[in-house]
Amino acid sequence: MTQLVVTPTALLFAVALVAIALVISLKEKIGLEKDLIVGVIRAVIQLTVVGYVLTYIIKVNQHWLTLLMVAIIVLNAAWNARGRAQGIPHAFAISLLAITAATGVTIVLLVLAGAIAFVPSQIVPISGMIASNAMVAIGLAYRSMNSQFHDQRQALLERLSLGATKYQTAIAVVREAIRTGMSPTIDSAKTVGLVSLPGMMSGLIFAGVDPTKAIMYQIMVTFMLMAATSLGSTIACYLAYGQFFNADLQLRTFR
Amino acid sequence: MAEPIFTLHNVGVDVPERTLLADISFTVAPGEFVTIGGPSGSGKSTLLRVLATLLTPTSGTIMYNGQPQASYEKTAYRREVSYCYQQPSLFGETVWDNLAFPFQIRHVDISEERMTQALASVQLPAAMLHQPITDLSGGEKQRVALIRNLLFTPKVLLLDEITTGLDAVTKEAVHDVIANLNRQGLTMIAVTHDEVELAAADRLLTIEDGRLAVAV
Repeated sequence: MTQLVVTPTALLFAVALVAIALVISLKEKIGLEKDLIVGVIRAVIQLTVVGYVLTYIIKVNQHWLTLLMVAIIVLNAAWNARGRAQGIPHAFAISLLAITAATGVTIVLLVLAGAIAFVPSQIVPISGMIASNAMVAIGLAYRSMNSQFHDQRQALLERLSLGATKYQTAIAVVREAIRTGMSPTIDSAKTVGLVSLPGMMSGLIFAGVDPTKAIMYQIMVTFMLMAATSLGSTIACYLAYGQFFNADLQLRTFR
Repeated sequence: MAEPIFTLHNVGVDVPERTLLADISFTVAPGEFVTIGGPSGSGKSTLLRVLATLLTPTSGTIMYNGQPQASYEKTAYRREVSYCYQQPSLFGETVWDNLAFPFQIRHVDISEERMTQALASVQLPAAMLHQPITDLSGGEKQRVALIRNLLFTPKVLLLDEITTGLDAVTKEAVHDVIANLNRQGLTMIAVTHDEVELAAADRLLTIEDGRLAVAV
């Protein structure tokens, strides 16, 4: 197996790639220079810290430490999903519950099935994958819910005026939001291997693992992400739609 | 005289930096046809929405059938006190989706026969049931919306300028339905500028600047 080492000099050269993006942003007046620089600095700091933390967690191999790391990942994912909720009340608590359930159920099933072992080197990266996909799905679902409650306000008001409950009023919106949340996962499942060679599989092949074995893992990851995003966005949508109504069963406005 | 179906006492609606309604007091007897007139923006629709519980008053009391309006369960109340929008929006794909909704929310078996009878009552053909809502004219949409409110006959009908902008034939069909319902004892409160509706009404209330101006 070829030894995979990225030297600091090689990394420095990689910075040149960011410079290309910066130059384009400047020349085309896209205005993303600040975001690009912040992104680069954050990526370097966050990944360096995580690298050392992961090395330590894997070396120590303690259940509680592994679970703590998963909890931090889930908390961060929930915080980010909340940021996409555009003012939906209790979005953090709702996202936290949804992402915890999605991550927890998927991990437990994978461990019980023997697909992965409860060791930090497997649990932490898999949790990260699940939580980040659930986070994106929930963020999309929130955005879809917000825009539907805004765009279809009149039709929703009419359902309410006909004597519909919250659920009867919002169910079509909820279904569409769940569909929106899940669509990137479904789309990528359809094109996996044809358009993209996903990160986990590429990483394994890169590290010298037999591609057929890497593919087995990727299939597992694809199914796992489908379960996690559907669970996450369904829980989040069912918990969030009620926030669009007040105690008098009228539509709230909080945008 | 029978106990009023509605009793409003000093009802007001304040929103930040603005008063939409103030000191509104009146009663409505069961079976009465009351019209509400007044300049646009004076608060007529606001008053109807308050009666429909789609807007909560910030002051005063509203009694419905001798009980505080606030004490009613909202869905049950709105099925009895039905509000028709000025520019209704049909939902779903077809007319069927709209007419099935009142059955669905009551968990009652859907009756296409009742749907087609309702369509006929506003002079719309049975074949329209499966038409996409995008194919309907404004007048047809307004009539479908009206019968959506009437499939399960409410006790009170709140009409918000529902004949505005309709052609003469459609208007007449809607007037017939309204008159017929009123004859059957349905209480009606209508915001309108329509002369036929004004003439048919028992009473006209006028609202100016959020306040009751004249009660005839």
